[in-house]
Amino acid sequence: MSSTRTTPPSPAGTRRSVRRPGDRVFAGTAKGAGILILVILAGVAAFLVVEAVPALTAPAEDIPGESGLASYVAPLVFGTLLAAVIALLVATPLAVAIALFIGYYAPRRMAQGLGYLVDLLAAIPSIVYGFWGIFWLAPKLVPFYEWLERNLGFIPLFAGPASTTGRTMLTAGLVLAVMILPIVSAISREVFLQVPSLHREAALALGATRWEMIRMAVLPYGRSGVIGGAMLGLGRALGETMAVAIVLSVSGGITFNLISSGNPSTIAANIALEFPESSGIDINTLIASGLALFVITLAVNMLARAIVNRRADFSGAN
Amino acid sequence: MSQTSTAPAPTGSSAPTPRRGERARRVPNWAPWAAFAGAAVVVGALWPLLDLNIALFVLYTVVLGTLAVYLLTRSVEGSRQAIDRLVTCLVVSAFGLAMVPLVSLVWEVVSRGIGRLDGTFFNSSLVGIVGEGGGAYHAIMGTLIITALTTLISVPIGLMTAVFLVEYARGRLKRAITFLVDVMTGIPSIVAGLFAYALFAIFLGPGVRLGIMGAIALSVLMIPVVVRSAEEVLKLVPNELREASYALGVPKWRTIVKVVIPTAIAGLGTGVTLAIARVVGETAPLLITLGITTATNLNAFDGRMATLPVYAYYQLTQPGVPPQFATDRAWTAALVLIILVMGLNVVARLISRFFAPKSGR
Repeated sequence: MSSTRTTPPSPAGTRRSVRRPGDRVFAGTAKGAGILILVILAGVAAFLVVEAVPALTAPAEDIPGESGLASYVAPLVFGTLLAAVIALLVATPLAVAIALFIGYYAPRRMAQGLGYLVDLLAAIPSIVYGFWGIFWLAPKLVPFYEWLERNLGFIPLFAGPASTTGRTMLTAGLVLAVMILPIVSAISREVFLQVPSLHREAALALGATRWEMIRMAVLPYGRSGVIGGAMLGLGRALGETMAVAIVLSVSGGITFNLISSGNPSTIAANIALEFPESSGIDINTLIASGLALFVITLAVNMLARAIVNRRADFSGAN
Repeated sequence: MSQTSTAPAPTGSSAPTPRRGERARRVPNWAPWAAFAGAAVVVGALWPLLDLNIALFVLYTVVLGTLAVYLLTRSVEGSRQAIDRLVTCLVVSAFGLAMVPLVSLVWEVVSRGIGRLDGTFFNSSLVGIVGEGGGAYHAIMGTLIITALTTLISVPIGLMTAVFLVEYARGRLKRAITFLVDVMTGIPSIVAGLFAYALFAIFLGPGVRLGIMGAIALSVLMIPVVVRSAEEVLKLVPNELREASYALGVPKWRTIVKVVIPTAIAGLGTGVTLAIARVVGETAPLLITLGITTATNLNAFDGRMATLPVYAYYQLTQPGVPPQFATDRAWTAALVLIILVMGLNVVARLISRFFAPKSGR
């Protein structure tokens, strides 16, 4: 930021003649902290790999389930993706609508307070969501699941038999949706507020209704931000642990049936449930599945960033 | 349009939808409200017929009211206005829908947790407790210790990284660190816990449980949050302040310590407080690094420690024989946790309000 330095700082420590020792120490500390971040991230990957290696090389019958690591992890990956996708499908439209409400529909005076209310959803710890999901949401959804089974049972998603506890994949997905709602809507809100007022006023001046103004000026401008926010929400949902661990009733196996009591677990929830009672190779297996989760979330986050950067060029913002 | 947009707030919301002066037929302002009231009356009248509950009642009322508003507007003002009204109804209902979880969650936690929110809960641990009584003193102390340790590790590293990114870094290293901080924000909390476990298991052998492991796991989650918020705030410090300081011959590091950071201190405080609020409720990493105990352990370098979220989890999932007492304790722990997090959020907002720089902006 400073305008006094024009040369890059990398050779500064050696070449610059007028440089006070305090400066050198401080700059070194700051740089060290920055590099420490790189080290930590590399460390996360490295230590996970080191601890996962025994599971990767172990004979198939030592892995829980006795048929190898791949068939142990596959249902977990499936469950993780399924729950996260449900959450995303539910949360994104709702989050965009909430962002529009706070940005363009709510009375100006109240808007900030209402935005704070939505942000409060992000402040609630995930374990409390688990409590709420299993005691409040799940029982309330049971009649709904029975209705789905009766009327939409021909769709494989709702084939049933409907769970009597409500602790289904759909419930877990809905809890996750509530949990990622604030981040998606916060990011959408931010981009919607950045829409140039000239665009909006031009639309209104042409006689557009409020919705037409939003459709023509706000949504095209904010699309990249919404997609980025949704991807960040997806990353959150993939790694969410405790709420799923508490809410979901697990019996393994890959199934698209969303409302029965037999569901695949998710990677994160499985680790949380199994880890405290595991030892030996089981722990290595769990760490290997954690490594898979790490790779998946990493890929999603990088993709999100790539999309946001690419779309930013075409958004017409500049 | 300029005279209608004097406020900096988005004008779309304050400016009325463009109204054509020549169109005489308009739906009066009270009509949508009347439509919803009418829908409520109709659905209420059908209550015994349809075997409703409160959720279905609200659902049917909203659907019927929205439909009525749409059809009314369509017949009087035309389809464009009708769609506009329809979207308004949808957007408002979406917000209402999002409030359902918040309200029901807070209500549920408060009503179930308030019963055990007594002195015993705060000053006794679970040693020798079977069934009634007992508290979470050990878990609360554990949470405080772990959070303090996490803050102690994360804030210096995060703050110095932000200083490095804003004041020193250039080119490739800066891009790499910025990118990796973003990546770090996305690390799932359970993976952070596994990392801490793997780190210590390699040096201390498998099955190790220490308080410091939890603090390291939480630091992995907290550092990127601190870096992000601190970076944003430090960028806001006007360059003129730095240049004025350099012009007086002040070294760069003293400029940062004496000018840049004090200017940004309110924002930094807010960011750090929010970061603490973010990690204080984390359960998963602590579950696998700290485990749980029933006794009070105040030494983060010696054996298992209880923390509030993990305590709540185990009280709920492994309640013991008469489950009622443990379940009550779990809800109270959840209530304390929510109060803690909300309190930190309020503190963050107060900091940004009262310690904001008194500049002449």
